[in-house]
Amino acid sequence: MAIAEWRQQLKLGEVSARELTDHQLARIAVVDPTLHAFLDITAERARADADRIDEALAAGESLPPLAGVPLAIKDNLCTKGIRTTCSSRMLETFVPPYESTVTERLWQAGAVLLGKTNLDEFAMGSSTETSAFGATSNPWDVSRVPGGSSGGSAAAVAAGECMAALGSDTGGSIRQPASFCGVVGLKPTYGRVSRWGLVAFASSLDQVGPFTTNVADAAELLQVIAGSDPRDSTCLNVAVPDYCAALSQPMSGVRIGLIRECFDQNGLDAQVKRTVLEAAEKLQSLGAELVEVSCPRFSDGIATYYVIAPSEASANLARYDGVKYGYRAEGADALAAMTARSRAEGFGSEVQRRILIGTYALSAGYMDAYYKKAQQVRTLIRQDFDAAFQTVDVLLTPTSPTTAFQVGAHADDPLAMYLADLLTIPANLAGLPAISLPCGFDDDGLPIGVQLIANVLEESRLLQVAFHYEQAANVMANHPQGNFIP
Amino acid sequence: MSKITAKDVRKVAQLARLDLPDDQIATYTEQLEKILAYVAQLEEIDTANVKPTTRAVEVVNVTRTDEVSATPVREELLDLAPQREGDFFRVPKILAE
Repeated sequence: MAIAEWRQQLKLGEVSARELTDHQLARIAVVDPTLHAFLDITAERARADADRIDEALAAGESLPPLAGVPLAIKDNLCTKGIRTTCSSRMLETFVPPYESTVTERLWQAGAVLLGKTNLDEFAMGSSTETSAFGATSNPWDVSRVPGGSSGGSAAAVAAGECMAALGSDTGGSIRQPASFCGVVGLKPTYGRVSRWGLVAFASSLDQVGPFTTNVADAAELLQVIAGSDPRDSTCLNVAVPDYCAALSQPMSGVRIGLIRECFDQNGLDAQVKRTVLEAAEKLQSLGAELVEVSCPRFSDGIATYYVIAPSEASANLARYDGVKYGYRAEGADALAAMTARSRAEGFGSEVQRRILIGTYALSAGYMDAYYKKAQQVRTLIRQDFDAAFQTVDVLLTPTSPTTAFQVGAHADDPLAMYLADLLTIPANLAGLPAISLPCGFDDDGLPIGVQLIANVLEESRLLQVAFHYEQAANVMANHPQGNFIP
Repeated sequence: MSKITAKDVRKVAQLARLDLPDDQIATYTEQLEKILAYVAQLEEIDTANVKPTTRAVEVVNVTRTDEVSATPVREELLDLAPQREGDFFRVPKILAE
């Protein structure tokens, strides 16, 4: 059910907010023991929030835009009084004394919190397998990963456990799981949405965004969470347009660029390639003009990212010292030893690996060779995009080179896992908004995602093109049942 | 960019305040070697006279009035400490013997 449809049902008294919330909690009780999308389920609070919406409606009050909409929130967004773990032993018992800006805006808009979702530890990973509290399964085939790092949020939306969810995207952590789970995932422009209360991973790349079952819902959620915030100085002080109004703008004259380098990749699955190119043709039939463009430095995104992101992470994660909050190792008799042991025991291996890479890249004698070099290549990647947007409005690529892979497929090879982010990372490096939406299925019945990338602050354009494609292609209406969780 | 050794990784682990056992240092050395070899492809790219990007979307300095305000959650913040003593965080001794 889409949010607009729900709003109508609520207003007409067909379904109460409490009934919808109870329905979602029942669905969670059925499927989550198998999926493990949630780390914590906030049933009591959800029912109380839903009851308040029903009371307000009965009292004749006008309802806020997301009244009664049941949501799941990635567990790296601080929720006041509700455990926020980042799927790490380090924060296993951390209960934030404050609320993140994005979630505060959602609750003010009437949304109902169902629970907090699983992620790769500190959002570092592409499969949700690095969670200290166990992996999440893909609802389309539980032997496969849901993608990551926001795998819990993606799986929860795909399996119908919630109406929508929030995730965060540093190198593809919203779009890649959206692609693997057959849902819509939007990463806004860097600075479009406040990061206050988002546990920091790589501060120049992190951005919060929605997971939804359809494009219009993504517009609805972005409308609520976007906009400046005095508590995040990198959050842009730019007016928020009416995203829902943008959806139905006509497609004629829209120029869509196919990035040549993305379709020439060796690791690109043939079915993914064919299906994504069919999506491009569908857009052409709707009035868009297709143009081939070149972004020569696109493929250098991964190498650039795996210097910049770990470098920023090593600085951000220095705060976990066993002193002020978080895990503290027992038995150390001096401060430095206590900190070093707390971090060795509290962080999992993916987090430690990235802290080591980042510390190395920033250490004396290596900083110019790694960090500065990566920042320079980052400039070249941005310039490629700038040049492309001289001639096109939106860029189109596959979201991921493959469909969802098997659990454990990359367990012994971190680098192979990193390569899964090939097509999503460049948008983070350039700060651009990008969306993934379903465009078909492979022979195993697994969803395939198409990625659209727009210029800075052009979310309206992105949503418009995605909406037209979604309405015309109607991909999810005819999805294969396959191994989908009942 | 030269090859990373176990000695380098041990030094980096010390800088990063990670007390790691030898077998883990060995595993990380092997993995970091592969990752850094991949990253080394950046060396091939001509970046002479290219300005580094520190943030994707430029913002000018954001300023605000410097005003003192009370933190409403002082007690809650102190309570988060693994060991609290009054208004202080309690830690093991700072100077080693």
